[in-house]
Amino acid sequence: MAATLTSSDALPSPPLSARLTPPQVWGIVLLAPYLLVFLAFVVYPVCYGLWLARQPASYVALYHDPIFARAAVNTLIFLVIGINIKMLIALFLSGFFAQQRPWIRWLSVIFILPWAVPSIPTILSVRFMLNPEWGVVNQLIFKFTGDDGPNWLNDPAVALAMAIGVHIWKSLPFWTLILLTGRLAISHDLYEASDVDGANWWQKFRYITWPSMQTLYITCTLLSMIWTLGDFNSVYLLTGGGPADLTHVLSTLGIRYLRLDQLSLAMASIVCAMPFVLPLVYFMMKRLSR
Amino acid sequence: MKLPTLREVGTEAKLLLIGIPVFIWTMIPIYHMFLFAISPKEDAFSGKLWPEHPTLHNFSIVFHQQHYFLRDFWIQFWNSTVIALAAGALTLFVATAAAFSISRLRVPGGRAVMNLALFTYFIPAAFLAVPMYRTMGNYGLLNNHWSLILAMVTIASPYAIWVLKQASDKLPVELDEAATMDGATTLQLFRLVYVPLMMPSLVAVGTYAILLAWNEYLYAFLLLSKDTDITLPVALGNFLAADDSPWELLMTTGFIYALPPAAVYYAFKRYMVGGLTAGAVKS
Repeated sequence: MAATLTSSDALPSPPLSARLTPPQVWGIVLLAPYLLVFLAFVVYPVCYGLWLARQPASYVALYHDPIFARAAVNTLIFLVIGINIKMLIALFLSGFFAQQRPWIRWLSVIFILPWAVPSIPTILSVRFMLNPEWGVVNQLIFKFTGDDGPNWLNDPAVALAMAIGVHIWKSLPFWTLILLTGRLAISHDLYEASDVDGANWWQKFRYITWPSMQTLYITCTLLSMIWTLGDFNSVYLLTGGGPADLTHVLSTLGIRYLRLDQLSLAMASIVCAMPFVLPLVYFMMKRLSR
Repeated sequence: MKLPTLREVGTEAKLLLIGIPVFIWTMIPIYHMFLFAISPKEDAFSGKLWPEHPTLHNFSIVFHQQHYFLRDFWIQFWNSTVIALAAGALTLFVATAAAFSISRLRVPGGRAVMNLALFTYFIPAAFLAVPMYRTMGNYGLLNNHWSLILAMVTIASPYAIWVLKQASDKLPVELDEAATMDGATTLQLFRLVYVPLMMPSLVAVGTYAILLAWNEYLYAFLLLSKDTDITLPVALGNFLAADDSPWELLMTTGFIYALPPAAVYYAFKRYMVGGLTAGAVKS
């Protein structure tokens, strides 16, 4: 009886004494599997990776590698232009999907498909569409104009734009859905009141929608930026980093160095991204761990 | 019946003007894939909206492994299935135990562990892949399914723990107190009170981990290499390396590979949408 009493006392509030009660022993036992996974597959790899990236020579080599500079610029374009376009479209479409119509509800079910299916087959499908000889895009161009279409993926700027397009295609539904929940949480009364006052759609957006959604929108944008840094598939499967290694982003570049057995360069290139990543991660953790 | 006013027609037209491009944009890559899958080889490149002679022949070739690239199709399908289910089950076990410990038992240091997990959630997966590859090599797990399963558990559990912790924080403390009063041990509390109450969140988290593992390409392609060990996405990627790869078969295989996760997603949408939207971003 005494044991059960102490354990029920310990439950609601964090314990002050160092003596462990049975539930606390269980707590440690139950937390152990995750701690083991974390130590073996996060802490050890990260420390090992940092150790591999310790030599200044790696950074000098990176600095002199034009592919690295190009990949850094590409990554910035991907994040700054790609993500902002995506989030603006998502913000716009969340307003569209907030309309109450049966056909729009059906469309939203279809709209989520890119998010629900794995990315590999659909990226390969896009890649085939853009094939200069056999792809359906150039076939159609030939049919209607009689000219040969461009070699889409052979121009680095176009190829990178296409990779950004694939990324947007894949992740737009997710962010639209998130922003839609934010939008639906806004009280309907506010819009009705503004109708009475004769506000137009821009004023409604400017004074009702945006103020209640801006925090969510900015959080989503930052989160999407962090995750997009790890988007390996969109670039790798569409362009393979080519032509001439001009469309690499940091995530594919790291893997490229790894494949070339230049592990210290791979880790160094990742370490170079950290000054950008860590503040974002810190900010997100502050927001989510409240 | 009231006739729609001009204004209503105008609104509807504007909505359609957005809706139709959205539909086309969404469907093009998927429809293109589907078109290839049901077209005979000669028809596949014609650029028509519907093949003249739609056929299921490509599916039969894939299912009977009648092509050089497809000779290990079933074993790769099996690999994908086993790895996804194992990663799902392990993630569920690790994350549920951790969330229970942090949220209900208030284990000392639980909050710190939660923050570490969140930190992992925000490391871009492709960045962790490089050191993870070497680590798996050091552990002697390369080309072993366990390497991919454990990597997926590592990536899936932070989010899983976080979602489960959010959900279990909402359960009233009185439940635990009442159960303990009645003489329940901690394990009984976990098994008989906690797990049944958390079922919807557990379904969401399990589905999330299974889909994550089934869809994973990068880690699978780094950690596994033998033709009979690899998962379906890696096999699809390997198709691409060859110049003479049969597109219609690649698209058919891709279509078959994409069906299970899409079906799972729609079947569990109810759980997924709640979990994901509440979980991914808290405003």
